[in-house]
Amino acid sequence: MWAFIHKLGSPPWFFGFSGTLVRWLLPVTVTLLLVGAVWGLLVAPPDFRQGNSYRIIYIHVPAAVVALAGYYVMAFAGAVSLIWRIKMADVTMRAAAPVGAVLTAIALVTGAIWGKPTWGAWWVWDARITSMLILLFLYLGVVALFEAYENKTAAARACAVLSLVGMVNIPIIYKSVDWWYSLHQPASIKFTGESAIDSSMLYPLLLMILAFYCLFALTLLLNMRAELLWTHRDSGWLKQLVGDT
Amino acid sequence: MPSDQPLLSLRVVFLRQFLRHGRSIMTSPADVANPLLFFFMVITLFPLGLGPDPTRLAALSHGILWVVALLASLMVSAKLFASDFEDGSLEQLALAPYPLAVTALAEISAHWLATGFLLALLSPLFGVMLGLPDEGLLTLSVSLLLGTVCLTLIGALGSALTVSIRRGGLLLSLLIIPLNVPVLIFGTTAVREAVLGGNPESWLALLGGLALGSLVVAPLAIGAALRVSLDS
Repeated sequence: MWAFIHKLGSPPWFFGFSGTLVRWLLPVTVTLLLVGAVWGLLVAPPDFRQGNSYRIIYIHVPAAVVALAGYYVMAFAGAVSLIWRIKMADVTMRAAAPVGAVLTAIALVTGAIWGKPTWGAWWVWDARITSMLILLFLYLGVVALFEAYENKTAAARACAVLSLVGMVNIPIIYKSVDWWYSLHQPASIKFTGESAIDSSMLYPLLLMILAFYCLFALTLLLNMRAELLWTHRDSGWLKQLVGDT
Repeated sequence: MPSDQPLLSLRVVFLRQFLRHGRSIMTSPADVANPLLFFFMVITLFPLGLGPDPTRLAALSHGILWVVALLASLMVSAKLFASDFEDGSLEQLALAPYPLAVTALAEISAHWLATGFLLALLSPLFGVMLGLPDEGLLTLSVSLLLGTVCLTLIGALGSALTVSIRRGGLLLSLLIIPLNVPVLIFGTTAVREAVLGGNPESWLALLGGLALGSLVVAPLAIGAALRVSLDS
């Protein structure tokens, strides 16, 4: 177990390992996405009240769930990088930030598209929407901070500090926004609780959430490999590897 | 450099650093006056933009006052560590055998006394100008007193992260505005509750909790961030 973790920290070994992983993960992700999308968008019954417009939740909910999980992946990698100074943790953190930001943006945009026919407005200052927007800012802050530093080792450490502070703050932000909302507006707009959803709609949703987790892992790995290719472009092991294939 | 001098206690180090930074603030009173002036001027913009209707201004005043206080703290925190970074005294602090978290906290405390504390003391004046009902004035002052502690510490973290970056000002606001959201919500809600005759104490208690929590956590993060900035 420890030997495996130690090996993960070595860029050449990780590059080979992630290559195998990507080869397995890619077909799995594509299958899950296809099955989930067809099931959710075509097979699942239309909603009693919202008709077919509710089907956007098969994109919206998985994106939102994974976007939040992505921040914790990033902050965890940041903690590992700060404590043990493992290069690969830096790479993970750096690769996770843009993926998470894009997922958050997808969740916000699909939410707005769904909100227009359902609530009659593109944007409502609802607690969940607002906290997603703040999550997007937190992601963008990490991305922008990394880009601003010229010394990339320092950039990774600065981003690790920031993402850890953000991680401590996220529960506080969520809770405070929740209170702010519940005080400001009566519960005129309510999400249908997830437990209240029928199993014919729930199963494709769970499948799509799983598919988005796989998609996140896949994009993360591809991003990390691209990063490794760039930073190690002059290393012997990479030239040997690329020369071989 | 091995030295025969015994180490000072952290309390003495804190006090000396606090006084040193306090004296440097005293030498440039403009740095103290500017954020207050900024606060004053932005407050003036709101009646001009929204119209002078007193009832409407009064209804919005707690939000306006808090948002402008947040912006003022954002503005001053950009320069918190800048001069120390440029003249090399930050490097000396990092080399000193004392935790950077303590020395940085001493500077931040002096900075807060000159900015956030003053702002909190003077805020009832601005509240009266915007027509904030009398019941809210004391709560406004107390909420800003507690809230600016958080705002200053979070701002100091942003400043520590961006001090080595040229043109870090805009980046700083991106980094710290999301972190300031809970402070703003608790602060404005406390004042509104006071105006409506509700119970502001629980919101002030939450603000106080945030202030104490960030006093514990933020200096550690700020120390780490300053070391990153010095290494880059």
